[in-house]
Amino acid sequence: MSGTHSHTVAFVRDTMLPEQAPPASEVGAIGWARHNLFSSWFNAILTIASLAAIYFVLAAIVPWILSPTWDGTSLSNCRETLAAAGHGDAHGACWGVIKERWIQLIFGFYPSHLYWRPIAAFVLLGVALAPVLFSDRVPSKLLIFSLLYPFIFPWLLWGGTIWMPIAAMAGFVIGGLVYKFASQALSTLLGVILGAAAAVIWWMVLAAPVSGALESILPIGIEAVESRKFGGFMLSVTIGVVAIACSLPIGIVLALGRQSDLMIVKYICVGFIEFIRGVPLITLLFVASTLLNIFMPPGTNFDIILRVLIMVTLFASAYMAEVIRGGLAALPRGQYEGADSLGLDYWQAQRLIIMPQALKISIPGIVSTFIGVFKDTTLVSIIGLLDPLGLSNAIRADANWNGIVWELYGFIALLFFVFCFSMSRYSMYLERKLQTGHR
Amino acid sequence: MKKSVILGAMAFAGLAAGAASAGTLDDVKARGKLNCGVTVGLVGFAAPNANGEWEGFDVAVCRAVAAAVLGDSTAVEFVPTTGKTRFTALASGEIDMLARNTTWTFSRDVDLKFEFAGVNYYDGQGFMVPKELGVSSAKELDGATVCIQTGTTTELNLADFFRSNNISYEPVPIETNAEAQQQYLAGACDVYTTDASGLAATRATFDDPGAHVLLPEIISKEPLGPLVRHGDNEWGDVVRWTLNALVAAEELGITSANLSEMSAGTENPEINRLLGSEGTLGEMLGLDAAWAQNAIASQGNYGEIFAKNIGEDTPVGLARGLNAQWTEGGLLYAPPFR
Amino acid sequence: MSTLTDPPKEQFRLSMLLYDTRYRSATIQVIAMLGFMLLAAWLIDNTLSNLAAQDKAIDFGFFTESAGYDINQRLLEYTSRDSHLRAALMGLLNTLVVAVLGCITATILGVIIGVLRLSSNWLVARLMTIYVELFRNVPVLLWIVFVMAILIETLPAPRAFRGENPEATMSLADSVAVTNRGVYIPEPLFSRTLGDVHVFGEAALRFDVSLDLIAILAVLGLSLWGAHRVTLRANRIQEATGVRPKTWHVRTGIIVLPMLVLLIGLGFHLGYPALKGFNFQGGTHLRNSLIALWLALSLYTAAFIAEIVRAGIMAISKGQTEAAEALGLRSNRIMSLVVLPQALRVIIPPLISNYLNLTKNSSLAIAVGYMDITGTLGGITMNQTGRELECVLLLMLVYLAISLTISGVMNWYNEAVKLKER
Repeated sequence: MSGTHSHTVAFVRDTMLPEQAPPASEVGAIGWARHNLFSSWFNAILTIASLAAIYFVLAAIVPWILSPTWDGTSLSNCRETLAAAGHGDAHGACWGVIKERWIQLIFGFYPSHLYWRPIAAFVLLGVALAPVLFSDRVPSKLLIFSLLYPFIFPWLLWGGTIWMPIAAMAGFVIGGLVYKFASQALSTLLGVILGAAAAVIWWMVLAAPVSGALESILPIGIEAVESRKFGGFMLSVTIGVVAIACSLPIGIVLALGRQSDLMIVKYICVGFIEFIRGVPLITLLFVASTLLNIFMPPGTNFDIILRVLIMVTLFASAYMAEVIRGGLAALPRGQYEGADSLGLDYWQAQRLIIMPQALKISIPGIVSTFIGVFKDTTLVSIIGLLDPLGLSNAIRADANWNGIVWELYGFIALLFFVFCFSMSRYSMYLERKLQTGHR
Repeated sequence: MKKSVILGAMAFAGLAAGAASAGTLDDVKARGKLNCGVTVGLVGFAAPNANGEWEGFDVAVCRAVAAAVLGDSTAVEFVPTTGKTRFTALASGEIDMLARNTTWTFSRDVDLKFEFAGVNYYDGQGFMVPKELGVSSAKELDGATVCIQTGTTTELNLADFFRSNNISYEPVPIETNAEAQQQYLAGACDVYTTDASGLAATRATFDDPGAHVLLPEIISKEPLGPLVRHGDNEWGDVVRWTLNALVAAEELGITSANLSEMSAGTENPEINRLLGSEGTLGEMLGLDAAWAQNAIASQGNYGEIFAKNIGEDTPVGLARGLNAQWTEGGLLYAPPFR
Repeated sequence: MSTLTDPPKEQFRLSMLLYDTRYRSATIQVIAMLGFMLLAAWLIDNTLSNLAAQDKAIDFGFFTESAGYDINQRLLEYTSRDSHLRAALMGLLNTLVVAVLGCITATILGVIIGVLRLSSNWLVARLMTIYVELFRNVPVLLWIVFVMAILIETLPAPRAFRGENPEATMSLADSVAVTNRGVYIPEPLFSRTLGDVHVFGEAALRFDVSLDLIAILAVLGLSLWGAHRVTLRANRIQEATGVRPKTWHVRTGIIVLPMLVLLIGLGFHLGYPALKGFNFQGGTHLRNSLIALWLALSLYTAAFIAEIVRAGIMAISKGQTEAAEALGLRSNRIMSLVVLPQALRVIIPPLISNYLNLTKNSSLAIAVGYMDITGTLGGITMNQTGRELECVLLLMLVYLAISLTISGVMNWYNEAVKLKER
């Protein structure tokens, strides 16, 4: 067949044509736009609508932001500056308030010569978290620092004698030692109970006088700062960090309780978790501000920030319990069976096999719980604490800045956004990393 | 911070429990600091400045009490309170006294178990409207939208006023003064009602104060004063007589300028008794003889405090009005120091 | 004789409570129970002794006293002479209103945004990502005050509508007024109304039921049932003969005609808002505190729902979409007929917790002066009466009841959806 045709066809190309460049409408910016922006009439409409929306938003905001008022000393001063600079209708931000108050918005009323302490505390927080979060790149010996850090953090922030955190730490040591000996001599369960009891007795009865006595013998300490001085962004971060750190152990206990076969223990844990998760945080803060003192022994009095810390910790621990329960549920059944087959008892299995894995899986969940709690700390402004939002009201009560709205809200929103956004990105990165590790 | 510290704090608090019942005066002396509840922010009355120091008319009362008791007007911890938290903070002992524009009412005094130590500002609820509305009396406000701060006596007064005059209104409840001001200026409400002092203070900060008028009706009596817990009479006396000392000092002509000269002794026996160069008034209060001298030295007498924080030369620009001395047609009348 | 049946006693030793697994769990439970009861007793004892020291007692009597304050946004009739209990009821209804409205809009917005985030349009997908990140990473309280500030500052005040040459005019043929006090929309009125029924007489829980509304709902229900019968009949005919009769005109007629007759009979007309005195009068007033809260909660929650929807869609394997494409379905039909129904099962459980969050976040109404239950019972009532313990505990119970109800209903629905799984 082909032979007959070969005679009738006048010309047969025997060389390859060079590749032609694709049409101009398919490459470069135009091609990209055609594929990604105008692939159908519906997409074209969407694109044009989006462009219009972007234009209107930017046209409204950008001139407002670019306002030459960084040196404004009061709102009226800003208005004069704006009028002089020719901003029509005094439309522009008054950035003077941020320049004057940004330190207050970040540190609250913390004594200015001690600013290094909160900064150091939060930098060291990163160091303490590094071995947990970047376990592949950081030597695991740093874990010792991570264990010490929960005692360094409050000492740096609140100050006072160094013996108090040491005494608090001694409680754990005593509890651990009692557990070790009691569990060898008696049973593991008795060991746990006795260890916990010993630690509680130490903290409740002995810790304060012992640290007081040590302080009178060897006074080492840094200037004490009352929690009333905490404010602004630092207060939000402190509440968030403390609540998450304290809620972790409580959350683990609650999660184990909820998973347990013991009916009463299970119902107590379920009841607590569902109660806390069923009510809004603001009602718990009302409890902190109005009721907690009534629930405590007569005459007990701790300041409002400690009370808020307690309630936010309880709040966070219910959510933390659910996160950790998720981590426990995600562990393959074989891990539990493997632990059983090795003859480990319940606590050994939890400590050596289950918890390390479950916690690792839960880290992204813990981070997002932290973001949630951190954002929720703005609620404390409703009960009169001076977090950034509360401070913005106090600043507006200053005759100079009376009537300022957007600048303060914008600045606060920016601070929260930067913080939460970077953490959520990090959590996503972790999630990806953990996924490849396990599946 | 693991739970240990909280437990530690609880243990600490448990140990301190014995001392708490001993009486507020002894507590304050032992602590070396006065815990004073103030409002979160009201122009001229209490607000933190850029350095975080509290300033204002109510703040001055706290400082005077701290100076009288501890001899140091800076030995005060200011605890910001909201309308909701103020009474609990006082009842629970978190603060020793509340100097936050709080109206002296029967039920607060009797039912809520507090004791008002006197009146540091006589106020009344008024209305502010934009001039362009052409309203000249509150009775013409039928159907108006009214901004009020919640959690105060003002919203009860407002409901009563409109009900008794049989006119309707639309309340817009607001949490803070700053928000109320924002809504009022934007025209989201026609009327802003709060204590007349607050209205004047708010109007003073407007771009164009002349475009707003205060209506002539004052629909309530709002005697504002510091309060303490019921049943601790020694401490109540200290706060009451510190406030009285400030008022009496103005009446007697004692100012921060001539204080040192007068405290050396004068021809007027009452001044001498007040300033401690004669008699044992301080000892009777459980304070040292120079208590009133310290209180006046901290911020000046009542008139000076008024002029410095909310007087006519300040942005707030309040006239003395009812808060002038009784000799000048006002209501300020300190009982004799004898 | 009887001693024979007793088990030998010496076998049980005290140490078995600890070492014997048969008894150990009982021991732990008893210890836990004792500890829990001790804790509860300690708290109650502290509370009682503290209350005694402050000379107060737990007393709910204040609920029947006159509240003394007015509530602007209310679903039922209320005056300042009504009791605190009725004020709390108004607050509860307001909470439910904003929660329901918020959940509906948040779901709609969230689904749209979640789908658009996966759009092939580069710009739209990026914009939606920015939206989601912006709303998720800034506290909801800040959004609420932000939206409120925008409403107050950018919309015209009622006085701008006044005069010869007003700065602002009403929209939609003079029927809707958008002001910075809220939005005024026309309200349905009946000139030959059937009247109201008063339920519960003068009690605090009293409410009026409009007979007009009952009539409308009854007629609507009956016509829907009728239309359903027509559909069933069509199904039967189709099964029997293989030809499906045209029924849409019959069904439309069954639904529309009786309603038209009823509305004309009742004298239905719209009441338009008009500027009188200080404010617009007539029409329905959606206050901007409600709008701000509703909008902020919806926008905030929509960002979370969008992520859930996106995750749900991405969880559906690519093969499903490809199979649907192979069948010749268009992309919007693929989404609505194939992908979303399957994604729903992944989406619903986290959606429930977002509804719960929205309801709980509605307690921030206090920041914009919307009188929800936190604003009435936990706000003004608590302030005026000084009964913190009673008010806060009751407030928590109310929220707990709402939360448990929502999660109960949604879990039931979730089970219903799951049943279809094969």
